[in-house]
Amino acid sequence: MDLARTEVGKSRKGRKGRKGLSRGSAARLGLMAVPVAFFAVFFAYPVAAIVARGLKVGGEWQFGRIADVLAQSDVRHVLWFTTWQALASTALTLLIALPGAYVFARFEFRGKQILRAVVTVPFVLPTVVVGTAFLALLGRGGLLDEMWGVRLDTTVWAILLAHVFFNYAVVVRTVGGLWSQLDPRQEEAARMLGASRWTAWRTVTLPALGPAVAAASLMVFLFTFTSFGVVQILGGPAYSTLEVEIYRQTAQLLDLSTAAVLTIVQFAAVGMILAVHAWTVRRRETALKLVDASAVARRPRGAGQWTLLAGVMVTIAVLILLPLGVLIERSLSGPGGYGFTYYKELTSADGGAFLVPPIDAVWNSLQYALAATAIALVIGGLAAAALTRKAGRLVRGFDALLMLPLGVSAVTVGFGFLITLDKPPLDLRSTWILVPLAQALVGVPFVVRTMLPVLRAVDGRLREAAAVLGASPLRAWREVDLPMVRRALLIAAGFAFAVSLGEFGATVFIARPDNPTLPVAVARLLGRAGELNYGQAMALSTILMVVCAVSLLLLERLRTDRTTGEF
Amino acid sequence: MSTTTKKVTVTAVAVGLGLVALSACGSESAGSGGKDDSKSVTLVSHDSFNVSKDVLKEFEKQSGYKVNVLKDGDAGAAVNKAILSKDNPQGDVFFGVDNTLLSRALDNGLFQSYEAKGLDQVNSQFRVDQGKHRVTPVDSGDICVNYDKKYFADKKLAPPKSFEDLTKPAYRDLLVTENVATSSPGLGFLLGTAAQYGDGGWQGYWKKLKANGVKVVDGWEQAYNEEFSGSAGGKKAKGDRPLVVSYASSPPVEVLYAKPQPKEAPTGVATGTCFRQVEYAGLLSNAKNEKGGKALLDFLISTKFQDDMPLNMFVNPVRENAELPELFVKHGVTIDKPETMAPKKIADNREQWVKSWTSLVLK
Repeated sequence: MDLARTEVGKSRKGRKGRKGLSRGSAARLGLMAVPVAFFAVFFAYPVAAIVARGLKVGGEWQFGRIADVLAQSDVRHVLWFTTWQALASTALTLLIALPGAYVFARFEFRGKQILRAVVTVPFVLPTVVVGTAFLALLGRGGLLDEMWGVRLDTTVWAILLAHVFFNYAVVVRTVGGLWSQLDPRQEEAARMLGASRWTAWRTVTLPALGPAVAAASLMVFLFTFTSFGVVQILGGPAYSTLEVEIYRQTAQLLDLSTAAVLTIVQFAAVGMILAVHAWTVRRRETALKLVDASAVARRPRGAGQWTLLAGVMVTIAVLILLPLGVLIERSLSGPGGYGFTYYKELTSADGGAFLVPPIDAVWNSLQYALAATAIALVIGGLAAAALTRKAGRLVRGFDALLMLPLGVSAVTVGFGFLITLDKPPLDLRSTWILVPLAQALVGVPFVVRTMLPVLRAVDGRLREAAAVLGASPLRAWREVDLPMVRRALLIAAGFAFAVSLGEFGATVFIARPDNPTLPVAVARLLGRAGELNYGQAMALSTILMVVCAVSLLLLERLRTDRTTGEF
Repeated sequence: MSTTTKKVTVTAVAVGLGLVALSACGSESAGSGGKDDSKSVTLVSHDSFNVSKDVLKEFEKQSGYKVNVLKDGDAGAAVNKAILSKDNPQGDVFFGVDNTLLSRALDNGLFQSYEAKGLDQVNSQFRVDQGKHRVTPVDSGDICVNYDKKYFADKKLAPPKSFEDLTKPAYRDLLVTENVATSSPGLGFLLGTAAQYGDGGWQGYWKKLKANGVKVVDGWEQAYNEEFSGSAGGKKAKGDRPLVVSYASSPPVEVLYAKPQPKEAPTGVATGTCFRQVEYAGLLSNAKNEKGGKALLDFLISTKFQDDMPLNMFVNPVRENAELPELFVKHGVTIDKPETMAPKKIADNREQWVKSWTSLVLK
C-alpha cells in the first residue's frame, strides 16, 4: 500500500511537464558535473599549463610562433605523413577486421571466448615489445624474408600492418559488440520481402552498425594519427608523426614553444575529426532493437560461412598470434636451450634495474589498472548517462571533449601533470593515485564510446513509459537502461582495464621507481645490455600478455554468466 | 535482477566515494611528508641509477636520513623534467646530468652551490664549475663502437680501431648507430667525430660514413638489441650488424648478465672511437631538505659509493683512489685518449650540429 501511494505521488509530479523537464536537465547537469570537473582538473588544466609555458614569454602570448613553426617544410612533411598513414591504417584495419567482427558476432565456435581475449592482447602490449616482435617477422631473417625474400622493415607497410595488429580488437569489440546484439530477424524480414542478401545487409544492418563502425574508425584513426612507438621502431628515424615530433621537442630538446605549437596543431586536427564524427553519428542515430547475443550466434552453415570463418582464423593466426608467439619463444629460449631461466630471474632484486624484484611490477600494474578502471567507469559512466538524451550544442561539445585525451600526446599530459599537480590542494605528484588518474584519462573515452551507442539505441519510449509510471529519472535509468547496457559496461570495463595495463607514455613520466608498472619495467630492462636483462624483458612482456589475456577472458566469462536470460 | 542492479549502483557510488577519499588521503600524506623532510632525502635520477642495497642502508644508518630514489625516465627527459619542475622540485638532489646537457641545467638555474666533502679526491680533469660548485662529478663513461668478436674472427678480418677505419670498404654496411636527436649515445658519437675532425671536418666524415652504409635507428635499445649481431638480444633477433655505437662498459655487462657467465666477453670495443661522458650531481635549487641533500652529495663521491658504482651502473668512478672490480678490469677496456669537449662548446653547437647532421645523414 505504502509503495503504491508513493508511486502515485511521483507520477503526479511527472505529469507537470515543465517541472519534469527542468528536473531532467538538472539531473543531466548533475551527471555532467563530475566528469566536467575531472577533465578540467586532470586534463584541461595540465595541458593548458604546459602549452602556456611554451607559448608565453614574459606574460605575453607568442601566437606568431604558430605561423613560424608551420612554415617549416619539415613540420609540414610530418603533418602530411601523419595524416595519410593514419587514413591508410584505418582503411586497412577496417578491411581486415570487419569480417572478424562479423564472425565473432554471429558465429558460435569452439574457443571463441579465448580468441576474443587473445586478439585484444596486442592492444595493451608496450609498443617497444611489439615492434621487436614485428621486426622478427617482417625484418631480416623474418618469416617473409625466408619464404619469399620480402623485407618490410623501415617501409610504410610495416607501420600499417603493425597498426592493424594493434587495432584489430578495437573494430572487433566496438562493432562486433553491437552487431552481436542486432536482431537478425530484421534482416531476414527484408529478405523475405524480396531483398537480396546484399541489399538486406546494406539497408538494414549497415545503417544500424553505422555509429559503431564510425566510432571504431574514429578510434583507429586517432590511435594511428597519434602513433608513437610503432612509427619510431618500424619506420626508423626517416618517418615521424606529430606525436613523435612533440616527444622529441619536449623530452629531448626542451623546445617547449615548438612542442606547444605542434600540440595545438594536433589538438585542432583531432578536434576536427571529432566534429566530423559527431556529425555523422547524429545523422545515423536510431533506436535499435537489441537482443541477447547468445541467442543470435550459431554455428556456421554452408561452405561460404565456413570459408569466412577459416579466413578470419588464418588472418588472426598470421597477423596476431605469430608476433605474440615470437615473444613467447624468445622469453623461453635461454642460453642452454628452452627453459624458464628468465622467469626465475624475475623474482630476484639483484638484477639491478630496480629496487624491487621485477615480478612486483605485475602486482603494481594490476592495482593501478583496477583503480584506473574504477575511475574510468565512474567518470565515463556518468558522462555516457548524461549524453544519452537528445542533446543541445553544449552537451555535444562535451561529448567531443571527452575524446580529446586520446588525441593529445602522452608526453604533453605527463609534463603537464608534473608542473601543475604539485601544489596544495592538488599536491598529487608524489602520490600513487597520479598513475591511475593519467591512465583513466585514456580509459574514459573507451567507456563513453562503448556505452553510448548502446545507451542511445535504447528505445526512449521505454524510459518515457517508466516515467509515466512514476519512476524518477535515476530509477528509470536503473530499471530500463542499466540492464540493457550491463554488457556494454563490462566491455567498457575490459577496455579501460586493458588500456590502463598497457599505458606507457604518461605512466613512464609519473610512475614511481619503487612501483614500476609492467610496461615501464619492460622498457627499463630493454634499456640495459646483457642477456638476462633482455630475456627478462621478454619474459615480463609475456607475463603482461598472459595477465591481460586472463583478465579479458574472465570478463568474457562473467559477461556470459550474467547476461544469460536477462534480455 | 533489480538487486543486482542495485548492487552495481551501490558499488559504483562506493568506488566513486572511495576514490575521492583516497585522493584526499593522498594529498594529506603528501602534506605530512613535508613534516618528515628533515628525516628523509630524495634523489632524483634517470632509469640507469643504481646502488647496492647494503651500501645505501649503511649511508642511511650513518646519516640518519631515509633515502628515496626517484628514477625519472631516460637521462635527457629526466634533466628536462627537473628543469621544468625546478620551482617545486621532486627531490633534493639530482644525479645524472652529463656534459652534453650540463650547460642547459646550469643556465636554467637548476642547482645551488655546494662543495661536496672529498671533492679534492676527485680526478681534477672532471672538476668543472670550480668557482661556483653547482655540480659535483660522480662518474665517467665512454661511448664507443662495440664489435661482435665472433663475426670478425669468422671473417678473419681485424675489427676497426678508429673513426677513420669505419669509412673503409672492408667495414661497409657493418655499422649501426643511433639518431643523434633522440639518443644520447648517438649524440655522443657525433660529438666524438666533431672533436676528432673539427667544426669544419665532421660533416665530410659523415658523408663518407653514409656512403659506407651506416645504418641509423632511433634508440640505443633497438640498435643494440635488434641490429647488433654481438649482443644477446641481437643474436636472438638475428641482428646482422657487427658494429654498434654503445658504451665501453657494454662487454662486461654481457658477461655479468649471462647465465652461465662466459670466460670471455662476446663483444669488444674499438678504442679509437670513444667520446667521454661525465655525469654530475647537484643540490636542487629549491630543495626542501638542503642539509640532507648535502650529505647525499658527499655520499655520492665517498669511497663506499664510488667502489660500488661500476657493477651497478657500468661507469667508471671519478675518485682517484677508487678500486675497479675484477670483472670490470678483466672484460672492460680502459680508454686512454677518448675525445672530449667542453660543456660550453657543446651547448653552443648542439642544436646546429644536430640539425645539419639530420639533413646530412637522414635525408
